[in-house]
Amino acid sequence: MEPILVAKNLSKKYGKVVALESANLELYPGEVLGVIGDNGAGKSTLIKVLCGAVIPDSGEILLDGKPVTFTSPIEARTLGIETVYQNLALSPALSITDNMFLGREIRQKGFMGKFLKFLDKKAMADEARKRLSELGLLTIQNINQLVETLSGGQRQGVAVARATSFGTKVVIMDEPTAALGVKESRRVLELISEVRARGIPIILISHNMPHVFEVADRIHVHRLGTRLCVIDPKKYEMSDAVAFMTGAKEPPQS
Amino acid sequence: MNKISDDISKDLKDQPKFSSDLGEKDQDHHTFDVGEQSTLKKIQHFLHGNPTIVPVIILILSVIGFGFIAGGKFFSAFNLSLIVQQVTIVGILAAAQTLIILTAGIDLSVAAMMVLASVFMGKLSVEMGIPTLPAIAVGMISGVATGAFNGLLVTRLRLPPFIVTLGTWNIFFALVIFFTGSQSIRSSDIEINAPLLHFWGERINLGGFVFTYGAFLMIGIFVFLWFLLNKTAWGRHVYAIGDDKDAAELSGIRTDRMLVSIYAVAGLVVAIGAWVSIGRVGSVSPTSFYEGNLDSITAVVIGGTSLFGGRGTIIGSLFGALIVGVFSSGLSIAGLDVLWQRFALGCLIIIAVGIDQWIRKVSN
Repeated sequence: MEPILVAKNLSKKYGKVVALESANLELYPGEVLGVIGDNGAGKSTLIKVLCGAVIPDSGEILLDGKPVTFTSPIEARTLGIETVYQNLALSPALSITDNMFLGREIRQKGFMGKFLKFLDKKAMADEARKRLSELGLLTIQNINQLVETLSGGQRQGVAVARATSFGTKVVIMDEPTAALGVKESRRVLELISEVRARGIPIILISHNMPHVFEVADRIHVHRLGTRLCVIDPKKYEMSDAVAFMTGAKEPPQS
Repeated sequence: MNKISDDISKDLKDQPKFSSDLGEKDQDHHTFDVGEQSTLKKIQHFLHGNPTIVPVIILILSVIGFGFIAGGKFFSAFNLSLIVQQVTIVGILAAAQTLIILTAGIDLSVAAMMVLASVFMGKLSVEMGIPTLPAIAVGMISGVATGAFNGLLVTRLRLPPFIVTLGTWNIFFALVIFFTGSQSIRSSDIEINAPLLHFWGERINLGGFVFTYGAFLMIGIFVFLWFLLNKTAWGRHVYAIGDDKDAAELSGIRTDRMLVSIYAVAGLVVAIGAWVSIGRVGSVSPTSFYEGNLDSITAVVIGGTSLFGGRGTIIGSLFGALIVGVFSSGLSIAGLDVLWQRFALGCLIIIAVGIDQWIRKVSN
């Protein structure tokens, strides 16, 4: 099977600090790839490069086998790489529907939409409802509810629904459970499984080992600016992963 | 080395094991409880969802209140018409101001922008003999240009809108003095050379109620902006930027370009107000509407729009302007000194912002 997203020899320096040194990453269709690493390992730089927020000094990114370059998260998004940011990038005072279609609104057909630029609110609400129920978030009854009235887990749900709604090829999720309680985290992990079940591969960055081990198919361990190893969560213990990550144990030779 | 591994395993064991902790998955595992709510919380939530309700209630209460205090005089057709006429200009300025405040900005220069546009209209048509319509067009362009200038300073130089417009207020005011030499353009000269400039000041009598055309235009502006804000993507983006600019940027909105366009649209509305103001005042006076900046902000704030951006309605500002008009009229008919009108207005502003702060706490 061909990987859908490949990063080859990515390097990035900030002055004399090497954040990435010939880092590689492969993401295969339909999988959840966990990315773990100690603080300062270059994990977040790697992710920022993949989602377009940071431009690498060298190296290349292949999407569907074709080399791609982007200079902003918006360009990466246009190519099908969606990111669910840790702060979610939602507008709390707008409704769920407004948020899901922010910057990609559907206009009415004919004169009203073309010249008066009126929005087709019904089409957007229907689509938003459909997307949310596909992800099992049926119980958000009022699709025009303001996002600020939602709980943390619900907001995460809206952000994920938005990220998976527009011909998305890859979803990057940055610490999706970091700000959530136990129950809400549980729901977000289920959400990740739902997205995978729909065939969209996910890169999951998290500090939370149990969460990564629960949902990831493969785990990419990042250390000192590069990929140390990729492990199968079924074959290794969490303590092994932490040991690789911190350098307490030699990684398996692959 | 083994010791380290042991420590790590121990740490990991202390973390909750989610599946086992939660037990059986219940059927409605995706429901999110809202929980029991007290009456006060319910009111808070209701107001949060309907921010225009507060100014509507205040308007109704103040009309009833002044009806009692000032008696029939207040409810006379003449007086009610007068209130509407008096709030026309501040209402139009407040409409423009609402756009800016929704983006979490503030525009201290609206009134100076308006006077500058009216000076262009008057100077060109009355003193330079240019036909009135092109002169009005130049005034409109001046409004859009001065608005866009504010927007460019805010986005390119990353200066706070408060500081930018504090500066441009003075700059525009200086330009007004420069172009006019502190001389007013007299009403009689306008009437002879460019009567079209007085168009919005003409009156129409509807069963005892006297309205100027300008009052209808003001309502028209509010309706138009309501559609713009609620029915178009542009309008949703205004709210998104005011709510969280970074989030809006990450959602794919070109926030800087949007901001410049918002300031330019506000400038256009202000320039329309300039035309209306010539009809209302009669002459073009370089020193008129000196308090228009703050009056427009007052109307917007009393109208329930949050100074922190992203929350509020355009119609609320219309009610806000009317509340200010009702208070001034009612208090003066009741025979109170002007100082008490200002006092009451000051209290209203503080109460309005206090209510807004309280409502905003819902999201936390």
